[in-house]
Parts: sequence; structure tokens; C-alpha cells
Amino acid sequence: MTYLQKSPWIVHYNASSCNGCDIEILAALTPVFDVERFGIINTGNPKHADILLCTGSVNEQNKVPLKNVYDQMPEPKVVVAIGICAATGGIFRECYNVSGGIDKIIPVDVWVPGCAARPESIIDGVVTALGILEQKRLKMLQKGNSDSTKVGEA
Amino acid sequence: MIPEPFVPVFYALVYILVAPLLGGLIAGIDRKVTARMQGRVGPPLLQPFYDVGKLFEKENAVVTATQNFYVLSYVVFMVVAGALFFSGGDMLLVIFAFTLSHIFLVLGAYASYSPYSHVGAERELLQIIAYEPMIILTAVGMYMVTKSFFVSTIMASAVPIILFLPGIFIGYLIVLTIKLRKSPFDLSTSHHAHQEIVKGVTTDFAGPNLGKIEIAHWYEYVFLLGVIWLFFAWNPFIAVAAILVAYFFEILIDNTISRVKWQLMLRSAWVIAGTLGLVNLGVLYYLRMVVP
Amino acid sequence: MQILDLLLCLILFPLIAALFLLVVRRDSWRSLIVQLSAVAIGIVSLMLLVLGFDKGTLLYTVGSEPVSQVMFFIEMILAVFIVCLGIKYRKSLSVVLILLQAGLLVWYETNMAGHISVGNNLFVDQFSIIMALIIGIIGTLICVYSVGYMETYHNRHKEIRDRRNIFFGLLFIFLAAMFGLVFSNNLLWVFFFWEITTICSFLLIGYSETEEATNNSFLALSMNLLGGVAFMVAIIYLAISDPSGNLMDLNYLLTTGKAVALVPAVLICFAGITKAALMPFSSWLVGAMVAPTPVSALLHSSTMVKAGVYIIVRFAPVLAGTTEGLIIALVGATTFAFASFMAISQSNAKKVLAYSTIANLGLIVACAGVGTYNLMWVAILLIIFHAIAKSLLFLCVGTVENRIGSRNIEDMGGLIVRMPKIAIMMFIGMAGMFLAPFGMVISKWAAIEAFITAPFGLIFIAILAFGGSATVFFWSKWMGKIISVMRDQTVIEDTVKKEKWAVLYILTGLVVVVCLIFPLISSVLIEPFVLNIYGQTARLAQANLTIMIMMLCLLMIMPFSMLFYGKGAQPPVPPYMGGRPMDDSMHFAGSMGVSRELVLSNYYLEKTFGEERLFMIGASLCWGLLLIAGIMLLGVIL
Repeated sequence: MTYLQKSPWIVHYNASSCNGCDIEILAALTPVFDVERFGIINTGNPKHADILLCTGSVNEQNKVPLKNVYDQMPEPKVVVAIGICAATGGIFRECYNVSGGIDKIIPVDVWVPGCAARPESIIDGVVTALGILEQKRLKMLQKGNSDSTKVGEA
Repeated sequence: MIPEPFVPVFYALVYILVAPLLGGLIAGIDRKVTARMQGRVGPPLLQPFYDVGKLFEKENAVVTATQNFYVLSYVVFMVVAGALFFSGGDMLLVIFAFTLSHIFLVLGAYASYSPYSHVGAERELLQIIAYEPMIILTAVGMYMVTKSFFVSTIMASAVPIILFLPGIFIGYLIVLTIKLRKSPFDLSTSHHAHQEIVKGVTTDFAGPNLGKIEIAHWYEYVFLLGVIWLFFAWNPFIAVAAILVAYFFEILIDNTISRVKWQLMLRSAWVIAGTLGLVNLGVLYYLRMVVP
Repeated sequence: MQILDLLLCLILFPLIAALFLLVVRRDSWRSLIVQLSAVAIGIVSLMLLVLGFDKGTLLYTVGSEPVSQVMFFIEMILAVFIVCLGIKYRKSLSVVLILLQAGLLVWYETNMAGHISVGNNLFVDQFSIIMALIIGIIGTLICVYSVGYMETYHNRHKEIRDRRNIFFGLLFIFLAAMFGLVFSNNLLWVFFFWEITTICSFLLIGYSETEEATNNSFLALSMNLLGGVAFMVAIIYLAISDPSGNLMDLNYLLTTGKAVALVPAVLICFAGITKAALMPFSSWLVGAMVAPTPVSALLHSSTMVKAGVYIIVRFAPVLAGTTEGLIIALVGATTFAFASFMAISQSNAKKVLAYSTIANLGLIVACAGVGTYNLMWVAILLIIFHAIAKSLLFLCVGTVENRIGSRNIEDMGGLIVRMPKIAIMMFIGMAGMFLAPFGMVISKWAAIEAFITAPFGLIFIAILAFGGSATVFFWSKWMGKIISVMRDQTVIEDTVKKEKWAVLYILTGLVVVVCLIFPLISSVLIEPFVLNIYGQTARLAQANLTIMIMMLCLLMIMPFSMLFYGKGAQPPVPPYMGGRPMDDSMHFAGSMGVSRELVLSNYYLEKTFGEERLFMIGASLCWGLLLIAGIMLLGVIL
């Protein structure tokens, strides 16, 4: 296991969620669930975070900030879409201003179903994300190595 | 065993090598104890090391390349300050090097020209001016008791310094809260999960740069606790006990008192330095200089 | 008598240059004269250093009677001139003060001067040499810089009458007067040069002839004249207490018993306090910033205010251990703390510099007032370091002001991108003012170590600790402003003139080099001087010096780490804006679809560190202290 998997810091973005899933995310931080056991910290700053937890169906207002928050996270990073709205748009799918799902805006790695998603499943989703995070890190490392060999050749 | 002139160098090297390990461990214990106080299990003891290890695995995203320079200088001068302290150098010089290193952190935050970093930088500066007088008075107090600014002499002194400087010691503990970035004085940025205006002064540092800042904090921890040691230098057992109690006390304050505004921080830090610190020194001065 | 020739040369040569500059009106000629004389004066003051550093105190006899007559004559003319100007601008206070002072002088000349003759009118020792170097190098560098500056200044301000010949003439007369001041051993001569500096600064501050400039120049004049009156009273007191006139000999006065010297010392220190712009007289120096920037640079760094602290440091041995000395030191310390606090609330760059000057002068006076041997050593160190760093900062601010048309710190954001070289120089200058291991911090450190063994030192240490931390705050936030990186800015410093660059480079180099070689300066110049007076001297521990120099080297190496980071780095990311994207021109999408520019402003903490309130408190404290000193003095006299 690498350090990355032992210390996943999350940033939470609410893309027009009804606040149900968000409450559940925060519940995961409480003594009952205590995600800090796994080294998980809610940083509130994309530049420090490894995992973007995203809730809600994404509307016209917040798709730009969502993209921006994602872009500002340093590599490697993963996105966990939490709740049914984040997956498909949920009951808001038909609304005129709703994009319908996080993956319409940014690439999503893990979907956590539920309305609202339960803290246990959110934690499960984050743990699943750790595996993907590790794969991405290896990929980044390889890419970095090949880049540096290219530089060396040039 | 070691030739006399190299003893300070030896101590400095020990500090440079051991302090980050010790500092990280302290941070780990801190988080564990904090979690227990909040009724949680808390992260593994070595969590701070995992965090920093992870940060170095990440991409080094910077707003401006100069940030790298400022962060590096921050770490380097923090190490210099601590190494000077542990090699028995002049307390005042240590304090000035310490301030210098913090100024670099502040400049790194200013360099990014982001509103959150900016607020963090201003608040960090306010913290610096809040604690600096008290730290200088601490050094002056040490001088008045041992007649030397050199840490080596203060360490070697057989006098129980704490008995002469109780006011200074309490004042120091209070500014220590600022320095350890503990509530109620964690204005510029904070550890753990609680946030302050995004992440205050560290907002625009990512990956390895943030890791370096973390390491500098560990160096800082060891240095700051080393100052507590000086108060009890005549007896190492009591010194260790005092450090443990003092640190526990800091954690307790952190978890029981909510964050204050900068005005209150500045005022309380200065009022305490001005009353406890100065009164203590004044009495000492009177006893030493006037009575005999 | 080679050294005497050098002294006379330093006093008279700037005068001759000034005469030429008064008549020459062609730019190229003026520039040539200024540069040549600057080089000449610089070389002569260095020669003085080389020849005189190991000679101790040297006294010289120069034709006393005729020169004194000429001086008296000039002072009368100046008095008439000031009276005319005072009446023209309806400044009754200045008129009253100059009449009072002239009256005292005439009374002295008619009743006492007859049987007074001072044998040695000129003298030189290590302290004079240090002052001469500051005046001769930094002062002339500022003059060289002014040539380019004044050209731009008049292009920018067409409404101001172009009287550059008078301007440059005055600058050089000023330098001559400063040289005269630091070399004079006859107190009457000191007083004469003292008055010349007062009047030169008065004319220079009022150069632009706006209403504000005129008012501020008269403010400066009347405050300095008040000091002049005190000076004159001191001279008369000395003449009365010893009609033979031996006491007019500064060197003799300082080496004889304190009993006689104390009263004049306090009076002259009062004059020094007005000249050094300590509270409650600080307002004249703050007001003086209406003058063109080189004038401020000159007033703040190498001349004028340094004359004030020079004379106080001279009298430090007399003040040592006396209550009066302690009170003067307290005035200095109070000024240090309050001026540092007030600087926090200022956004005008020149005002911040002004308050910082006032604060540092306060610190020097605090050291001199307590007057133990190690504090004297610190005071001289402070004078040196402050002169260099402050002149650099003023000239940098002047250059920036000429380019961006503002002296507001808030407009200096991103200077590192717009004017990289100037920004780095400012950075070094500011580091010189408040960061270890540069000069001012070395001095502050030495001051703490010295105060701790001095009587009542604890009070001063406390003030130093609190005031010093305020210093950190206002410098750092300014520093942060200029180094914040804003993209999409163009470089605008190409148009700065070559000679200006040369001056700035030299001064920046001096900030660093003097810091590196200060142990040498200390052991060659300051320590022998202090040793000569007190029989013991101070210095920093060798181990500490080594560490300081290592730190300085480390600090100079650090920037090279940038090279290492430059290679193969990803393009920088934008700063965090709470999710709002921002483009390179610092604009982001605000609410209602409006594009807004990101503008960040520093903290000025008006409510806590507001200028008016703090000035009231500080000034009344200092008035109180001065009043006590005055009453004690009356007690001594009566």
C-alpha cells in the first residue's frame, strides 16, 4: 500500500444537491463513523485534496465551478459521485437547467448510489476510489518516466 | 567521545535528523489524543508521515514558480533556527532566524495573489506580531536568571529556571497556542479537519510544497517544546513531564475553546506578555539589580 | 597636514560645486558637474577613511576670528531672509523664532564673543569619519540620482517652476553643511552648520511652491528653529559658566566633567530631538514628503535627521547614568514604539518610510540617551545601516512613483512582474530594515543585549519587543504586496535612466556588503571610538558573527533554487478562487454575469493603529517627558 492510499484527503462539492447526501458525508466525519481512522480528512480546498466527493445533479450555475474545482486538484485525483442525482440527475433529470449527472462535466471514477447515500456506502465508495487512485498514480509515474526519457533523448 | 568543538555540530545534526521524526510523532499523538477527546478512534499514530509521504507523491502544482523558493526557504531557515537552538546558540539569533523563516511562508502566500492566501498571510503576520514580544521576553527572562543568552549555558545551569520565571512560562504557553496553530488562535491556518477560510496561508500550496510546510511544522514543534525544556533544564525528568503536561494542556484548549477574532488574539497575547511577562521580569529585575 | 586638507576639501568642495550648479542651466552640464563632484567627494571621504581611521581624535586650528565673522554675517543675512519669507507667507511663529534666535546670537556676539576664542575649530575622529562616509557616499549618490529624477519630475509636473539650478545648489550646500557639522569642534561652528541644514531643508521641502509644500516647509522650519533656540541657549549657558570659552570646544566639553556639560547637553539634545523628528516633533518629517523624493531620501538617510542623532550620540557619554539622559532615551523609545505602530496604518509608501525613519531615529536616541558603552556602539551601527537601507528604499519608491504615477502601496501590487529589478532591490532594502541577518536586526539584537545590562534597561527591552514586532508587520505586508505575482502585466522599467540604475545597484550592493563586512567596520572604526571614550567596548560574539555571515550566504544562495525548479515544470495553475475560474488578467465571473477584477488590499488596522489617536498619545507622552526634563534642568541651573 502506498502513502496515497493511507492518506486520502477529500474535498466536497455540492453541485445543487438537496443537501441530503451532504449531510450524510458530514455524518461520516462524526464520531459514529470517524473516517479519520483511515486517514481521510475533509480539506475544503481542492489544491490539497485527492478525492472529489460530488453530490447533486449539476445545473448551469455550478458546472463551471465544478470543472474549476476539479481542474485545481493536483494529479493524481479521483472523483466520487455521491447519490442518484450525481449519477443521472435523479428526480431533477428533466429540469430545464440540469445537466444530469456529474460525468457530463468531469470524468467520474466511482458512483455511490442512494437517495440519500448512506455513510457506510460513501465510505465504501471512497475506499473503492483508493484503488483507482493508486492506478492513476502508477500511470502518472510511468508517464513521468517516459517524459523524462524523452527529454533525455532530445 | 566527540572532540569538544564538534559537540554543537553534533547536536545540530541530531536535531536535523531526529526532529522531523519526533515532530511527526508528536503530530500523530496530537491527532490521536484529539480524536479521543472528541470520542473518536482517530487515525493511526503514524498518520502524519503517511500524509507527508502522500503529498510528495502528488503533482507540484504552483500558482507561480517563486512559491517553490519561498517554501524551500521557509523549511531551510526553520531548520537553521532549530539547529542553532539545539547546538546551544544565542536565543535571540534563534528567534530572529525563526521569524525570518515565517516571513518566507507569508511571502509564499502573498506571491500567489489569491484572496484566501492573502487573508491567511495577513493573519499569519498578525500572529507573528502577537507572539513575538512574548518570545523575546522569554529569552530575556532566561538571560536574567542565567546571565547568558546562549542555550548551551542555559541548559547547563543548575538553577530551576521555572521558579524564577513562572509568569514568563505561562505567557509562553499561551503564545505556544498561537505557534502550534491551536484553537482559539488558529487564525491563519489550522491542522486537522477544521478549516479556516479555506486553508488560510497554505491554500495555494499543493503536493510537495505542502509536504515541505508540514515538515517545517515538525521541526518547529520540536524547537518550541525544546524551549519548554529550558525552563526545567536542571532536571530532565521533570522537563519531559512538563513538556507532556504542557502539550496535553494545549490539546485540551484546542478542543474546548472556539476560535477568536484577530483583535482578541493580538490583545490577549500582548496583554499577557505585558502583564505576566513584564511583571515577572520586573520583579526579577528588582530582586537582582536593586536589592543586592 | 594632509588630513586637515581633506577636511577642508570636504567642506569647501561641495560649496564650489554648489556655486557652479547655481549658475549652470544646461542639463548636460549640470549632470556632468553633479557626477564629477559626487565621484570627487566620494573619493575624498574614502581617502579620509584610509588616512584617518587609526589616528584617533585629531584637532586642528583653523583661522578662527575671520571665519567666525563670516559665519555671523551669513547667519544674519539668513535671518533677514527668513524674516522676509515669513512675513510674505504670514508665518508669524517662524518669524518670532528666528528673531529670538538671531537676537540671542547678536547678544552673544556683542557681550561675550570678545573674550572667547576656541583653539581648535576642526576635529576628526572615527565617528566623524563614519558620518563623513555616509554623507560623502550615500549623500552624493542621492544627488546623482536626483539629476535623472528631477528631469522626469518636471516633465510630469509642468505646473511647477523649474528651479533646478537652485535645487542642486541647495543639495550641495546641504552636503557641505553636513560635512562642516561633523568636523566642527567649535560649538558655534556646529551651530552655524546646524542652521544651514535647517534652512536648506526648509527651502528644499518648499521646492514645489504649492500651498501644501509651503506650509510643510514652514512647519519644518519652525520646529527646527525651536531646536536652534535651545542650541543657542546652550551656547550662552556655556559662555556664562566659563567666560574663557574653553567649554565651547566640543572635544574639551565632552571629556571634562559631566557637571558643567549636562545642562547644555540636554538643551542640545532637545535641538537634536527636533532635528531628528522624534515625537512630538515628528510631524515635520512626515510633512516633508511633499518634496521631490530625492530630497526625502537625503533628509531621511544621510543628512538632516542624522545631524540630530549625530549630536545626541556625541553627548551620550555626558548623558550616561543621568536621569535627564534616561528621559531623553524614553522619548526615543516612546517614539520608536508609536512610530512603528503608526506605520502599520499607512498605505502611502513615503509615509511608511517616514514613520520607519522616525522609529529608527527614536531607537538611536534611546541607545544614546542611556549612553552606556555598548549602547553607543549599537547607536552608531544603527546610523550606518539605517542610512544605507533607507536611501535605497526612498530611491526605489521614487523610481516606482515616476513609472506608475503613484506612491500608494496598494498600487504596487505585482511590481515583481512589472519592474522586476526595482522590486528585487526594494526587497533587499526592506530585508535590510527588518529581517535577520541584515543590518537593522543585527543592531536591534545588539540593542537588546546592551539594554539588559543598562540601568532601567527592562523598560527599553519591552518597548523594543513590542515596537519591533510592529515593524515586522508593516514591512512584511508591503513586501508581500510587491512580490505577489500578477500575470498579464508588462515590464515598464526599461525607460529608467542608466545613472539611476547605477545608483540603485551601488546602494543595493552596499546593503549586502556592509552587512558582510560590518565586523570589520566595527573593529576598525566603531570599537576604537567607543574604547577611546569609555575605556571599554562592545562587540558581538565571534561565534554569532560566523553564524550570521553563514546565514547571509545561505540567504543569497537560496534564490538559485529557482533555477532548479524552472526546468520541466508544468505551467502554473491559477490561484484558488472558491471555484470561480479566473483569467490571466485577474478577472473572474462575478454574480449577474459581470466580469470583475480581483483586487486585494492589505490590512491597515486603522481602528487599532490609527495615526491620529496614536500620535496624540505618543506626542503627549513625549511632551510630558520633555517637560520633566525641562523642570529638572531648571533645578540644576537655579
